Amino acid sequence: MNLLLEGVPRSALILLALFFAALIAAPMVLNDYLIVVLITILYFAYAGQCWNIMMGFAGQLSLGHALYIGLGAYVTAALYVKFGVSPWIGLLPALVIAGAVGAVIGFLAFRFGVSGVYFAILTIAFAEFARIGFDHFPWVGGAAGYFLPVANYTQNDFFNLRGSQTMFYYILLAMTVLAFVLCHLLLRSRAGYYWLAIRESPEAAEALGINIFRYKMYAVVLSAALTSLGGVIFAFFYNNLFPEQVFHISRSIELILGPIIGGIGTLFGPVVGAFLLTGLAEGLREVMLRLGIDLPGVKQVFYGICLLCVVMFLPEGVWPPLKKKLGLDRDTGKKGS
Amino acid sequence: MTTEVVLKIAISGVLTGLVYGLMALGLSVIFGVVRVVNFAHGEMMTIAMYLVIVFFSALGLDPLLMLVPISAVLFALGYLMQRAIINPFINRPEHSQFMLLVAIALIMVNALLLIFGPDSQGITTSYSFDSFDIGGIIIDAGKVYAAIAALIVAVALFAFFRLTLTGKAIRACADNYNGALVVGLDVKRLYALTFGIGAACVGAAGTMLMIVTDVTPAIGPAYTLLAFVIVITGGLGSMPGAIVGGILIGLTEALGGFFFTPSAKTMFSFAILVLVLLFRPQGIMGRKTA
Repeated sequence: MNLLLEGVPRSALILLALFFAALIAAPMVLNDYLIVVLITILYFAYAGQCWNIMMGFAGQLSLGHALYIGLGAYVTAALYVKFGVSPWIGLLPALVIAGAVGAVIGFLAFRFGVSGVYFAILTIAFAEFARIGFDHFPWVGGAAGYFLPVANYTQNDFFNLRGSQTMFYYILLAMTVLAFVLCHLLLRSRAGYYWLAIRESPEAAEALGINIFRYKMYAVVLSAALTSLGGVIFAFFYNNLFPEQVFHISRSIELILGPIIGGIGTLFGPVVGAFLLTGLAEGLREVMLRLGIDLPGVKQVFYGICLLCVVMFLPEGVWPPLKKKLGLDRDTGKKGS
Repeated sequence: MTTEVVLKIAISGVLTGLVYGLMALGLSVIFGVVRVVNFAHGEMMTIAMYLVIVFFSALGLDPLLMLVPISAVLFALGYLMQRAIINPFINRPEHSQFMLLVAIALIMVNALLLIFGPDSQGITTSYSFDSFDIGGIIIDAGKVYAAIAALIVAVALFAFFRLTLTGKAIRACADNYNGALVVGLDVKRLYALTFGIGAACVGAAGTMLMIVTDVTPAIGPAYTLLAFVIVITGGLGSMPGAIVGGILIGLTEALGGFFFTPSAKTMFSFAILVLVLLFRPQGIMGRKTA
């Protein structure tokens, strides 16, 4: 507990507690539509947090995280549909497979000194590979898609992840909180400090005796494995999987917009980014609906313009300046929050 | 019989590959000089392709005649983008530049969707159904014209960078940013010029590609990826590398699509990309220092 709370300003704790309480109470007051919006937000916050371990902490830009989402989704869905394996058990092989794939990509890239833009494009290449591969993998439906059986659930079957939106909401909330706490602890661990050192200057980190290959590998494997859990929820919430959608590059990009907009390398960045972007998208949808504009593309054009403005005027993302405004950065001596 | 079919497919792959090479050349020039990875590259090409459709349906102009005007339009677009939006990002971290260009790409794709709708559109030229018969091997005339035009543009570009003073100044910026500043070059203007030239390449490639294929607004990201694959295979920043990479990828996709299934063809180019990244990260024609 000491490690968890040490050096966190009191005002931050109070705000965090209020925020958390509001999230817990949310399903009791919100309608179904808003709960789905919140689920989307939490999903992006969770996945963004996982991606942030790799990019924000260790400085390795992955543009192919849809690969791990897709692996998690397909592995658990196939085990459930074909063998009736509960997703809670199925997520273990999913974790292992996604982690192993991450390890292979990381091993190949870091062994051969592939970094920066080249590494980013290598990650895209593997995700695209998986997309086309699953398109031609008839065992899980190929390009025609893979479907989980759905029924009208009157009771939540927690063990098989079949049930109401509210159940998924609370599971995702728990996952997001756990990921947040884990990242908070990681940043204060030896590995966390090593990652930041590698991010800032790989040469200097190596000169100080850090095994940069090993620590970059830890970041990739951890990030890949945790991201696959997001895929498990994705599969069981949406109940249908198409390679063209699950593994598509736009999915990878969508996933990393949150942490970049929120503030890369910060703990709150992915959460703030997810709220802002999903809020923005839904807000635009609502405005278009009210104005009676029903043209494809209008919403996304505005979305793009908003992104452009944020990137141009807030180079560090939204969270760092927001944190200053809220007066939460008194704790300047320590990294974190 | 089968050798003839395979040869036909291979030649048509090489011809399409030359046009791809020209598209990738634009990306390579921009990265080589400005050091920004243009994630909106394919989207810029779809803009050029839709310009072809507009001019073709309004004025009935042949794509080969539109090559220069459309390249000029794209040049202006690229120049303005660099001047107004990208220049302030030159010293920002990679992920920040990436975000900027992703946002631009998003706006481009959806603006096209808004204007032209989601359906695939194409043009039919007077020579669309013509073909050449070379010793029993039948080659589409459109592909031949497109490839020749792409080659001419590429050669003109090489000449520009080798022979003109502006071309040399741009290469100086690429070789040594600070040195270029010290000798009094207007680096910001040269960067804008370079981005414009890269965009013009894409404009020319898009115009030529319209002769052989159709376009949808959503195809942009696929072309961006294709350009990445080609440029990295050939060597990021190497001009001949882009053309060689284009031919190699064009050939691979054509043969892969023929021997396996067309929908799996990009898998082969990604396989080549992965192999190149692992065993020769600087690319086939790239210099070791990259």
